[in-house]
Amino acid sequence: MKHNTPNINEEELTAIALNVREHIIRMSTDGGCFTGASLSAVDLIVYLYTRFLNINKDNLDHPDRDYLFLSKGHDVPALYGTFAELGLLDKDRLKNHLSLNDHIYWHPNTHIPGIEFHSGSLGHLPSVAIGVALDLKISGGNNKVVCILGDGELNEGTCWEAVLVANAYKLDNLIFVVDRNQFQANVRTEDLIPLEPLADKFRAFGAAVKRIDGHNFIDLHHAFSAYPFEEGKLNVVIADTVRGKGLPSIEERADRWFCNFTADEIDQLLLELYGDQNTLLTSETLVVR
Amino acid sequence: MTYEELLTETALANEQVIVMTAENRALVRNLPGILGKRFIDTGITEQTMIGAAAGLALRGRIPVVHALAAFLTMRAFEFVRTDLGIPKLPVKLSGFIPGLLSDGNGPTHQAIEDISIMRGIPNVTVFAPADEDDLVKMLPQIWSSAHPAYTRINTRKTWYDHEPFVLGKAEVIAEGCDVTILTYGLLFEQALIAADMLREEGLSVGLINMRSLKPVDEQAILQACAQSSLVVTLEDHFITGGLYSIVAEVLLKNQTTAKVLPIALNNKWFRPALLPDVLQHEGFTGKQIAERILGYQTVHHQPEILTPEFSE
Repeated sequence: MKHNTPNINEEELTAIALNVREHIIRMSTDGGCFTGASLSAVDLIVYLYTRFLNINKDNLDHPDRDYLFLSKGHDVPALYGTFAELGLLDKDRLKNHLSLNDHIYWHPNTHIPGIEFHSGSLGHLPSVAIGVALDLKISGGNNKVVCILGDGELNEGTCWEAVLVANAYKLDNLIFVVDRNQFQANVRTEDLIPLEPLADKFRAFGAAVKRIDGHNFIDLHHAFSAYPFEEGKLNVVIADTVRGKGLPSIEERADRWFCNFTADEIDQLLLELYGDQNTLLTSETLVVR
Repeated sequence: MTYEELLTETALANEQVIVMTAENRALVRNLPGILGKRFIDTGITEQTMIGAAAGLALRGRIPVVHALAAFLTMRAFEFVRTDLGIPKLPVKLSGFIPGLLSDGNGPTHQAIEDISIMRGIPNVTVFAPADEDDLVKMLPQIWSSAHPAYTRINTRKTWYDHEPFVLGKAEVIAEGCDVTILTYGLLFEQALIAADMLREEGLSVGLINMRSLKPVDEQAILQACAQSSLVVTLEDHFITGGLYSIVAEVLLKNQTTAKVLPIALNNKWFRPALLPDVLQHEGFTGKQIAERILGYQTVHHQPEILTPEFSE
């Protein structure tokens, strides 16, 4: 597709996303985190917080702010990293990952300012987001409500209940974003519970759907700029992504959903992240949960 | 005043109140026309309705949520626990046709573990009114509290005029030194009958309407146990996890003992029929209750509570 290239300063976004990836890698040790799962959502989350959503460190409790609900809880390292880059979260706190002295752990929780609702149990936040979007329709607010879902999460029937209900109430102020990295936790989605043709499924349920490259900031911008996609319809963005994006040695691998690396491996992965392909880790050297 | 009248009055007085249902409108038929956008029917989606209620509560709303008690507490259980219990959101659950009130529906619709599972969730409070008068006396405090709440809705009318409700307090109907019956919900009616029959036999009989099961009135339980030779827990609930369990927990917590006779559904679903026949078949009429208590008094061992199978 040809676009008129918008001026969204891709270089800045790319730099932020690279830093977020570094934060995620640094959290992938001493207990580890959902490294592969969260790397797929980095560009998406960075784009949303920097170019689309009216959410910043000064308006977190303001009723006119936008809302982001992270239903795919495994993406939370990407959220911590983005918050750290944008000043919502003190960078030093990332070192407290899994410490009893802080609340930075494997799933989102509301002790972290900016996180609207805890998640971890899948298929919950689409309905919570509906409640907020419904109230905005009743109260007359113009806030946008985004809910990020995993593609594996779409196994849960409540996601589809939510699409039906959102359309019944014409919640065009609500956007479901699917982090479509093609993986469940342990296996490929299409090998277990096939989802394709996914856009057709959402359309058949009444939603207005856009499918884009979830790592391309221009694509993301074109899609989200068209919000609301159609009056009176739930907006759905299917963002095609790559699990482990940015680290060739863990990309597209079913067994790199959760990673717990040694300190040496972290050093190697950081070199890999910044472009030194000579340091690719072999699977044997990785410590996986 | 009826449940619907109270809810209408409450919602009209407070713009923050939202009425929701998962397509169970029996209790709220007139509200769509009165409340407009503040009436939300999500269809047959108990789980999604609870999640949406959480989202509305995040925006400062107080959703009063309706569904059949069995589906509200069990199909949506994890949503209640995770979306309401963890963040302590003031969503008010109205469970319709709980316990024996589901008379003819069969086991799928029988909410007879609802007290057990709802009280197991931190932050969630649990209430079981004796009749409609009790219900409308309880709900204003329940709806204005900061906690998520589950109320076993009971709109049956009785002749009894209840005392004002105090959250966490039981209603002591009578005190007695031979037997005290602790009960909640629709069996309160039968307990009144049983108590009278026992008095005719010359016994000194106490009766307590527990009403507020979480928080529970520990003092009322301890006092009944100290005062009476026998305490009876009477409930249309499985014997596990309900009032009998609550009394056991309170006694053990206070390192004390009592002679307790549980009258409950003993590990089985009840036989579906019309309510008077169900009461009779399951041994829950006032007369049967009195007889069981008298039998216990005489033979001093626990009688067989119910036929142990769900047979055709």
